[in-house]
Amino acid sequence: MSIDEKYTRGLRDYEERINSVSSQEMVINMGPQHPSTHGVLRLELITDGEIVKDIIPHLGYLHRCFDKHAESINYTKTIPFTDRLDYLASMNNSHAFVMGVERMLGIQDKIPKRIEYIRVLVCELNRIASHLIAIGTYGIDIGAFTPFMWCFRDREHIMNMLEWASGSRMLYNYIWIGGLFYDLPVNFEERCLEFVDYFKPKLQELDGLLSNNEIFIQRTANIGVLPADVAINYGCSGPMLRASGIKWDLRRVDGYSVYPEIEFDVPVGKGEMGSLGDCWDRYKVRVDEVKESVRIIEQCLERLMGDFKRTVDFDPRALVPKKVNLKAQDYYVRAENPKGELGFYFVTAEKTDIPRRVKARGPSFNNLSVLPELGRGVLIADLIAILGSIDIVLGEVDR
Amino acid sequence: MFEKVKELILGNLGEQAIVTLQDHGLQPAIYMDPNYLLQAAKLLRDTEGFYFDFLANITGVDFHPAAEFDVVYHLSSIPYQTQCVLKVKLANDRSLNNLPEIPSVTSVWRTADWHEREIFDLMGIFFTDHPDLRRILMPDDWEGYPLRKDYQDPESYHQIPIK
Repeated sequence: MSIDEKYTRGLRDYEERINSVSSQEMVINMGPQHPSTHGVLRLELITDGEIVKDIIPHLGYLHRCFDKHAESINYTKTIPFTDRLDYLASMNNSHAFVMGVERMLGIQDKIPKRIEYIRVLVCELNRIASHLIAIGTYGIDIGAFTPFMWCFRDREHIMNMLEWASGSRMLYNYIWIGGLFYDLPVNFEERCLEFVDYFKPKLQELDGLLSNNEIFIQRTANIGVLPADVAINYGCSGPMLRASGIKWDLRRVDGYSVYPEIEFDVPVGKGEMGSLGDCWDRYKVRVDEVKESVRIIEQCLERLMGDFKRTVDFDPRALVPKKVNLKAQDYYVRAENPKGELGFYFVTAEKTDIPRRVKARGPSFNNLSVLPELGRGVLIADLIAILGSIDIVLGEVDR
Repeated sequence: MFEKVKELILGNLGEQAIVTLQDHGLQPAIYMDPNYLLQAAKLLRDTEGFYFDFLANITGVDFHPAAEFDVVYHLSSIPYQTQCVLKVKLANDRSLNNLPEIPSVTSVWRTADWHEREIFDLMGIFFTDHPDLRRILMPDDWEGYPLRKDYQDPESYHQIPIK
């Protein structure tokens, strides 16, 4: 088969760029099996001594064809696949997906409040777990081993609780269209309160261990400064965008689920230790978000044990549709994931419960695309600090 | 917002810029003429009162068996907290040597770079004036465009059976 030359021009330009490096430049492969790339990401670096002159990221090592799978099975069966996008925040993924289908069905206002509060509760627990990994592994990237162990120790409590609720440690399939897999287990709320009491002092310890650590500050402050306009232009969202000083949190902007009824702040970067939008700011925004998530969890628990108490006849599957019958339409739903704006774009087909097209917009995919811009002209060691501060999950970059 | 966006485009680029309007459904959309897409993108990003500075998503949609593709742009405005949807319909004969063509918006929103590469890779839509149009998720020497509805899985890849 002859392929038009025009369609391969980009590839030839890239090959020429690699083959024509000057004698003082060197091409270095970082990844796909490099411990600091947080998964199977391959970066091709063109370096001059220790200075990175250009970065060419290569993706696709974890490409599992989410889009293709989603358009060959029905909406309900796709939920377990969404869990595997950002596998560190499965609850948040399925929440976004389910919200989109519910809005297309027009049942989003009929969902009982107890279900919505449980959804927000598990999502925020998962957000803490995801940020704990981000913070812990960031410590390792910089050379601090202890925060990693501490974060994973605390994350284990969350994993155990979510396993108790859903039966699975990481890939939950807990949030269903129109409801939940099961109600929370008996005494879950009390156990969760115990966790909150345990976790709050641990957060203070973490602050002392890492946030104000002189070595950590020297490695991260003023490194990888991302100005707000560049962040927006590159489609960065979540902690990346907020660290550059933009107060943009879809939980507040869109006010989906029960977030409008809950009190919480949106932390933004302030450039405390260096310039606005540096690596330290991105780290700090995540730490502050964990604190806000704890606040959200407390309020959810208060309501789940008060106004929306467990009752004997409560059926979390009452509204789960047997078949998702949608008329032909298209809809883009977005929600705030731990990593940023997760979007699903649905194009439905008439008279079938199999969609024509489902596109997942992963926040990590967009956040990572700014890396060549951030990493040009830095030291190789700083590139590790920058990459760690973006907090990518390759499951979502490659989908 | 939909009405205002429509009037802005009509007022600045004329009637020929808009092909049709999809005003029903949860998210109304404007079908643009591909020749005016880049101008409309700049206009929507830079005009006061709109400032659609955040390109959330680009999607390619295959309408098999019809010989047409849609490219869908989801824009958000961070200062005004609004959203809008632009679509472009591309007729094409589905031949692999004659891909549908549309201008790249990478010069307006840099995030389009990777999104357009992904659509080129998986859906086979060619973006003219793209700075670096190569496959992004599939291997560089892959043949065909897997997200097309008429795509046939190959039997093997470099003598490795994959079926």
